[in-house]
Amino acid sequence: MTTLLERGTTTGAAPAAPRRRRTTNWAGWAFLAPAAIYLVLFYAYPLYRNIDLSLRDYTVRSFVRGDAPFTGLANYLAVLRDPTFGPALVHTVAFTAVSLVFQYSIGLALAVFFNRRFRLSATLRALFLVPWLLPLIVSASTWSWLLNSESGVVNAGLHALGVAPVDWLTSPTWSLVSVIIANIWIGVPFNLVLLHSGLQAIPASLYEAAALDGAGGWRRFRHITLPMLRPVTAITLLLGLNYTLKVFDIIWIMTRGGPVDSSTTFATWSYRLGFGNLLPSFGLGAAVGNLLVLTALAFGLIYLRTQRKRVSA
Amino acid sequence: MTCTGKRWHTALAVVLTGVMLFPVYWMINVSLTREQDMRKTPPDLFPLHGTLAGYQEVLREQLPYLGTSLIIGLGATLLTVAVSAPAGYALAALRPRGGGVFGFLLLAAQMVPGIIMAMGFYAIYLRSGLLQTVPGLIVADSTLAVPFGVLVCAAFMSGIPGELLQAARIDGAGHLRTFRSVVLPMSRNALVTVSLFAFLWSWSDFVFAATLDNGGRYEPITLGIYHYIGNNNQQWNAIMATAVVASLPAALILVLAQRFVAAGVTAGAVKE
Repeated sequence: MTTLLERGTTTGAAPAAPRRRRTTNWAGWAFLAPAAIYLVLFYAYPLYRNIDLSLRDYTVRSFVRGDAPFTGLANYLAVLRDPTFGPALVHTVAFTAVSLVFQYSIGLALAVFFNRRFRLSATLRALFLVPWLLPLIVSASTWSWLLNSESGVVNAGLHALGVAPVDWLTSPTWSLVSVIIANIWIGVPFNLVLLHSGLQAIPASLYEAAALDGAGGWRRFRHITLPMLRPVTAITLLLGLNYTLKVFDIIWIMTRGGPVDSSTTFATWSYRLGFGNLLPSFGLGAAVGNLLVLTALAFGLIYLRTQRKRVSA
Repeated sequence: MTCTGKRWHTALAVVLTGVMLFPVYWMINVSLTREQDMRKTPPDLFPLHGTLAGYQEVLREQLPYLGTSLIIGLGATLLTVAVSAPAGYALAALRPRGGGVFGFLLLAAQMVPGIIMAMGFYAIYLRSGLLQTVPGLIVADSTLAVPFGVLVCAAFMSGIPGELLQAARIDGAGHLRTFRSVVLPMSRNALVTVSLFAFLWSWSDFVFAATLDNGGRYEPITLGIYHYIGNNNQQWNAIMATAVVASLPAALILVLAQRFVAAGVTAGAVKE
């Protein structure tokens, strides 16, 4: 597992004479060419089109004909001034932060638990992966029905406990909470697997030595597990963040960002602007989407910065 | 003493797994529930009056969607492997100048939200006539897996001993021959992992389907479920039965290829 986490440094072809090196270079580019062309055609070009969309004033007609006037940053300004911007920003941050905190802590607790040797441990851990592997539309529609106000099993359970029914998906107070719960459920397995593989890489001798020194379970966790797990934690949180910022399916299927924007994030807002209305505003949708890309890239750079610092430290 | 401790662990683990998988159980339970019991309070915890009506509905209405998803999944898988395997070999063994930048671009590409790619693809497809077509969706879905595929192949192929590749070269094999007869067969595990995830991700894709293929002649199963819900359909047993069927590839993969799944999840954390 650790070999997968840390990319092997074994060189395939040993560095040979310069002449050899040149032919290897050519061959390397030739083998890289399909992927490079692919990257340009199917990543760079759509991204370029998206930026172009966000800088023009599009109507349905000009979208088809492709003669929309260039309006510079007007779409971005309109988005920033839109009354949805504030709530969408708050919801995106809340959705991401709360999801990450719970996914990570539940995932870590489970990883520590499953790290002990007991019967069925591996099998049950594998079963935990199911929520992560299911198509998002399956998870989202299942959760919709679980949380249904009248016929959902969650409210039936609350009723049995003497708690009044909650309008999970249809009240502005609870809609964001509901989609966060579903998203945590989907993300826990991923955290569990990564953190578990990280735990496996911590040498048992460290724990034995600490136990000999009289360190209790909690102290061993704080002073061995957490520090040793830090690189895995960083990559887990980064991947989780990147994934959570993008989440669109779950929210859209469960609440469509509603009621009244109460669970709208940048991702669902962007989709609604571009595709959710009878009169699409592609320019605005693309602008919102690009704000999302910038956020993701910023976090990626922060991650790289901290990694580099740790390496040089 | 330790023996009872272990048993206690197993019991707790079973309970935790049960809690975690309760929504999945509920999906299956509802898929087997009769129409008239659907709105009962409290709901039946077990499908006591089980019915297969929901599944009959799936057979009647959802087969074309499932077929489309299968074709799109296979197409996206082929495309992903065809692009990633050579690139992985180049990054791992040939290391051309600029390979590092390429690897970084792949990592960055993974950060782009699907909804943004979808909007860009929409603008491109609208004019090139690929909107609402199967090939269009195959290409879009493959973008979900190509960066992952290249990184996994590169990580795996860098583990192939350099002596082996040199031996092949001394025997007179060119780069292409070495790749085909040495590297590819040895990378079977990586290729299986990449294929499984490429298939699963395009099978599960909703974002591209909803934006690029909504209303098309051939729609994937994710849209089949979406239309079901969107039509304010109250046949939740049919909706959940479709969900169960749509989950089958994931279940099969977990049962038959568990180790590849675990490898794939951690390989997602591959870093430069």
